[in-house]
Amino acid sequence: MILIFINPRILLSDYYQDTDIYCRMKKKFGDLAAVDGINFHVNAGECFGILGPNGAGKTTTVRMVYGFSPKTAGTLKVFGLDIEKDWRSIKSRIGVCQQENSLDPDLSVEQNLLVFARYFNIPPGRAREKAQQLLQFISLDNRRGAKVTALSGGMTRRMILARPLINDPELLILDEPTTGLDPQARHQLWQRLEELKTGGLTVLLTTHYMDEASRLCDRLVIMHQGKILVEGKPADLIREHVGHNVIEVDDPAENLRAFVNSQNLECEDLGHRLIIYGQGRDDLFHEIGDRFCTGGCILRMATLEDVFLKLTGRELKE
Amino acid sequence: MSILLSVSISKRFWRVWQRNFTVYQKIWKISFIPPLFEPLFYLLAFGIGLGALVGKISYHGAPVSYIAFLAPALIAVNIMNNAFFENTYASFVRMYHQKTFDAMLATPLSIDEIITGEIIWGATKSVIATAIMLTVISLFGLIHYPSGLLILPLAFLGGIAFGAIGMYFTGITPTIDMFNLPIFLFVTPMFLFSGTFFPAENLPAWAQAMALIFPLTHLVTLVRALSLGSITAHLLWSVMYLVIFCLVFFPIALIKMRRRLIK
Ligand SMILES: Nc1ncnc2c1ncn2[C@@H]1O[C@H](COP(=O)(O)OP(=O)(O)OP(=O)(O)O)[C@@H](O)[C@H]1O
Ligand SMILES: [Mg+2]
Repeated sequence: MILIFINPRILLSDYYQDTDIYCRMKKKFGDLAAVDGINFHVNAGECFGILGPNGAGKTTTVRMVYGFSPKTAGTLKVFGLDIEKDWRSIKSRIGVCQQENSLDPDLSVEQNLLVFARYFNIPPGRAREKAQQLLQFISLDNRRGAKVTALSGGMTRRMILARPLINDPELLILDEPTTGLDPQARHQLWQRLEELKTGGLTVLLTTHYMDEASRLCDRLVIMHQGKILVEGKPADLIREHVGHNVIEVDDPAENLRAFVNSQNLECEDLGHRLIIYGQGRDDLFHEIGDRFCTGGCILRMATLEDVFLKLTGRELKE
Repeated sequence: MSILLSVSISKRFWRVWQRNFTVYQKIWKISFIPPLFEPLFYLLAFGIGLGALVGKISYHGAPVSYIAFLAPALIAVNIMNNAFFENTYASFVRMYHQKTFDAMLATPLSIDEIITGEIIWGATKSVIATAIMLTVISLFGLIHYPSGLLILPLAFLGGIAFGAIGMYFTGITPTIDMFNLPIFLFVTPMFLFSGTFFPAENLPAWAQAMALIFPLTHLVTLVRALSLGSITAHLLWSVMYLVIFCLVFFPIALIKMRRRLIK
């Protein structure tokens, strides 16, 4: 038998040389594998999404990346550095929006930024300048003296986005940044994020809003029960897994089911509703509409949501 | 694991202290009131009301007035309360309800620095309260100077001791209501039996021995000696006891809080 020794470290280091995050890891809470061997990398300057239903392991994953939770096993490199050894220098180069609001309710809007700046050893003059910039960026400069508890949900979220930018991070980690916001507030926040992206910031984002992921992410993974199901660009994933179009039929007739089966069409049967994945056949809608439909029958563009539901199932996960 | 085993404390813990100080600056006017008035209430009720009944108390063979006996104990109790309550209820609220520590853990601060900053802050509050009380009580001519000035650094030492054990309870208590337990079993007995309201020598021998375990007993001994200006070499034992108490409970508090915060 011939054994060939290759130092895996050398191969790895070549690989993660120009990635901002390289990770291949596991996390267990007792017997529960919350993150069950995942593998992804995030390139500098890209916006990378982690999608998944509740309890998929998104928060657990990003918490390991920013050094909040120790991983159970595996390799994790941020900026090519080891989080266990170089946590302090890594943390000084990243910004984190945690899922739960952790703004300091004892402090005013501006003080929240200034006190946070001190944690990064940013000199007071520079911190005041930066805080002023950020408050303008999120249109809160007229509320600088307000208590953060007095802000509306949208304002609070904008503050949560602004605070981790105080140290000019190279990597921004966002854990469900728009959960619970109205459409206006979400669009506002997305706009801010797009501006940041244009400025060259690397973003790691978790979400369960598909429109958010489609709009913001260059690449993404869909996680489910601690595992990564698929990885790719949003458009590619849609094309690969559902095609261009989706046909939805309300109260489908039995002969439609038979037709779908005979044609080997990919579909999802929800009982009172049938979802047929077009897989690129443009004539299909007319055929089905003319021959089988009496009531509601619509043709629409396939979305990431279709991919998500197809892969993670439609029943409630927790 | 390496995060768990090695202690990582740099001078960045001051950032945590500064955060608490910034909040304190907003409410200092209210924070000043208790240490200003509490000694007045106690001195009025116990010193003058009860003192009339008690008369003189023998301290190291010499008679002292009850009010002069009591005043230093009030300072010691205040040192205990300020640090203990800061590092139990207040720290718990910051940790659990406000997620302040979670936010800090996303910055270049270590858990050890956060906890150290909190304990040093608790001790600082003890010192501030002591300074105010000392001023009030001095107006009654009950503090001997210059030895009385040493009560300030002593307040810092005592503050760390009671802050560390308070932080230990914060590390293990499941809900904020459960602090009733250490208060009932630890703080209240100390408050009553540490030579605060009557000399510990009045207790039966076994209870005297028990009282020597209480850190408050040693703190009361020290503050009283400094207030009355009767300094003896014997006091070093009490200083040593407090130092050892800090050296034991500070690391235990760190370990318990790491367990609690690392997920
Ligand atoms: N500290 C913990 N102790 C034990 N189990 C945990 C802990 N944190 C998370 N888990 C479990 O790990 C799994 C993944 O949780 P995680 O919070 O990462 O999910 P998520 O994808 O962020 O979900 P959500 O969308 O609801 O935020 C869940 O089953 C959760 O119960
Ligand atoms: Mg989550």
